[in-house]
Amino acid sequence: MIASLATAAIFAAQFLLLLGMGMAIIRMMRGPRAQDRVLALDALTIDGMLLLLTIGIRTGSILYIEAGLIIALLGFAAAAGFAKFLLRGEVIE
Amino acid sequence: MNTLAAMPAWVALVIGVLVFAGALLACIGSFGLLRLNTFYRRVHAPTLGTTLGMYLVLAGTIVFFWVGEGRPALHVILIGVCVTVTTPISLMLLARAALERDRRNGTAGVPAAEPSESGAKEDAPLP
Repeated sequence: MIASLATAAIFAAQFLLLLGMGMAIIRMMRGPRAQDRVLALDALTIDGMLLLLTIGIRTGSILYIEAGLIIALLGFAAAAGFAKFLLRGEVIE
Repeated sequence: MNTLAAMPAWVALVIGVLVFAGALLACIGSFGLLRLNTFYRRVHAPTLGTTLGMYLVLAGTIVFFWVGEGRPALHVILIGVCVTVTTPISLMLLARAALERDRRNGTAGVPAAEPSESGAKEDAPLP
């Protein structure tokens, strides 16, 4: 019974993470300026990474953990590149 | 043995509580990103999810794979190290870019550039 409660908690966590991703997407569409959209992209990446970890817990597969690692690193590269672009107008000087 | 239902009940409960708390923190951070009204306030909100929320979810994941596979999945910690190191860098870059853009636009309420600040002088000689 407690195990099913824990499974329900994982489901609820996934729902909360999806809700967070939805709110980040709303901010990305509404964001008055470009930096708000980049910030929302960063939050979206982190929430997606956490969602992959919870999927890994539900399926018991360790491959999702590595996918989460790659998404975290790509999210950093994307956010840093966008910030550089907003600052200078070009990514690589 | 590698599912939540096959684990001892208290381990499953610990994993569920950790993951749920972390997801709740990440959701609150995204809610703050949606609700706060200026960019410089909004920068702070998602870090709730990238620090404590991520740590709690990672702790739940480590416990799950430790019990499920019999050995600690230490490369989960690598995610924590990477995100902890990279999030301040990207947010610092983003806040500096936003400050520079606001100064260039002449937005009210933005602090003026200090002469000692490195990003302010364009034609300074490179070290």
